[in-house]
Amino acid sequence: MSDEPLLRVSALSKFYGSRVGCENVTFDLWPGEVLAVVGESGSGKTTLLNCLSTRLLPSSGTATYRMRDGQFRELYRMSEADRRFLMRTDWGFVHQNPADGLRMTVSAGANVGERLMAVGDRHYGKIRATAVDWLSRVEIDEDRIDDEPRSFSGGMRQRLQIARNLVTGPRLVFMDEPTGGLDVSVQARLLDLLRGLVTDLGLAAIVVTHDLAVARLLSQRMMVMKDGRVVESGLTDRVLDDPRAPYTQLLVSSILQV
Amino acid sequence: MTAQPTDIATYNFAYLDEQTKRMIRRAILKGIAIPGYQVPFASREMPMPYGWGTGGVQVTASIIGPDDVLKVIDQGADDTTNAVSIRAFFRKVANVAVTTETAKATIIQTRHRIPEHPLSSGQVLVYQVPIPEPLRFLEPRETETRKMHALEEYGLMHVKLYEDIARHGRIATTYAYPVKVEGRYVMDPSPTPKFDNPKMHRSPALQLFGAGREKRIYALPPFTDVVSLDFEDHPFEVQTFDQPCALCAAENVYLDEVILDDHGGHMFVCSDTDHCEKRREQGHRGHLAPETPSALEKTEPAQ
Repeated sequence: MSDEPLLRVSALSKFYGSRVGCENVTFDLWPGEVLAVVGESGSGKTTLLNCLSTRLLPSSGTATYRMRDGQFRELYRMSEADRRFLMRTDWGFVHQNPADGLRMTVSAGANVGERLMAVGDRHYGKIRATAVDWLSRVEIDEDRIDDEPRSFSGGMRQRLQIARNLVTGPRLVFMDEPTGGLDVSVQARLLDLLRGLVTDLGLAAIVVTHDLAVARLLSQRMMVMKDGRVVESGLTDRVLDDPRAPYTQLLVSSILQV
Repeated sequence: MTAQPTDIATYNFAYLDEQTKRMIRRAILKGIAIPGYQVPFASREMPMPYGWGTGGVQVTASIIGPDDVLKVIDQGADDTTNAVSIRAFFRKVANVAVTTETAKATIIQTRHRIPEHPLSSGQVLVYQVPIPEPLRFLEPRETETRKMHALEEYGLMHVKLYEDIARHGRIATTYAYPVKVEGRYVMDPSPTPKFDNPKMHRSPALQLFGAGREKRIYALPPFTDVVSLDFEDHPFEVQTFDQPCALCAAENVYLDEVILDDHGGHMFVCSDTDHCEKRREQGHRGHLAPETPSALEKTEPAQ
């Protein structure tokens, strides 16, 4: 592990007209670290995630990313071609709704293989072998490889989306409510899978979620957002066991107990 | 209103007004300058429905001159409705000589075939294109496909070929087979059979593509590299036929299946009628050739 951060975010703000999307967010992310961003709906979590993944350009602030060659590059000053290349090789983005991140009309195998073909892989047999390998890693039966994701259940689609993102061996994955809309047993298996993959591959991840249990399971560090600002950040266990900001205390005490 | 002695005076030469022709020629020049790039142009209403070759007709109208000799083919044939009508149209509005002989034509407007007779320098092949965007069925957003072309993001094109192999065990795309032009733009060769793709590669003729409804023109200047996309372990290959043409016994040409009766009778004949006629005149005969060769019109001079 390197002693330099993978991503450095400094004073990042995004305004929608006079409205605040997120304001003055600063943090560093180290390789292999999972950072959870929690907060209620409308607190700016997704805006922050979209800015970081360059799907949205921020109003002010900077984000620098350490490329594979060790050079730091300013994300918002990169050319669009470079940014898109980064997004399909070194990064992954897992959407809440798998239909947004998958091609629903092509087979599961092609969904997994698309990134490989995008970076120049031109050997069908090898692409297919990689797809089979990845499907088994996300617990999808090999005989579903030629089925369209339309015929998959919600949990399978989400796992397929994860496989599709991880096939190029990214170093940083953005996840937007990866377990949203799944029932609890499927959610538990998905979290288990994600935790395993993140540890095995040494991925860094930024996970946006409103579910504190997900944050606790997946992340080492968390940021709590409210009205576009970070109200508290720290080690996940510390924040959840000993919340300091009044809003975090409210959030933690609002968890329903079974 | 007085009756005109000839219809020609009521039309501008080649139907389109001069400003429109200038605009289309500009688009063509830009297309030639950037081989394979789809140039938007202000497509006009033509006296025919979209899908019948409005793009090709506009391109032809913009480049045709009084000395040109025009050939029009539809799926390789000179004698089908579309081909006959477009030929008659240009005889009327441009008063040009028309022909069915590939070698004698200076401009060949085509729907979905490239003639079997090799094209030569100085000839222009004008394609009628229904959907110019090769990525369209994979990515419906035009804003996105234009960006993908600009950034050379063509991984998606191989996704389509991957799907073919996964479903059929081989690349089953037989027409509109995507090509890469000069190592840069991925281009739809219009719905020609992939049999014709190798003929596009380094062709000495100028090839122009017009899509009227989609308002796009693109071009291949002479001797442009046109490479069909494929996988290393599933290389590009063209269709082959088990039997020669039933009329002229030609091999290694593209054949059409013709149904003969209601009892499953059929034959395979050249889709290029001019090529077939020529061979029969030279004495080649297939197993179903009639006793007396039919006489098809050849070249008609301008009136």
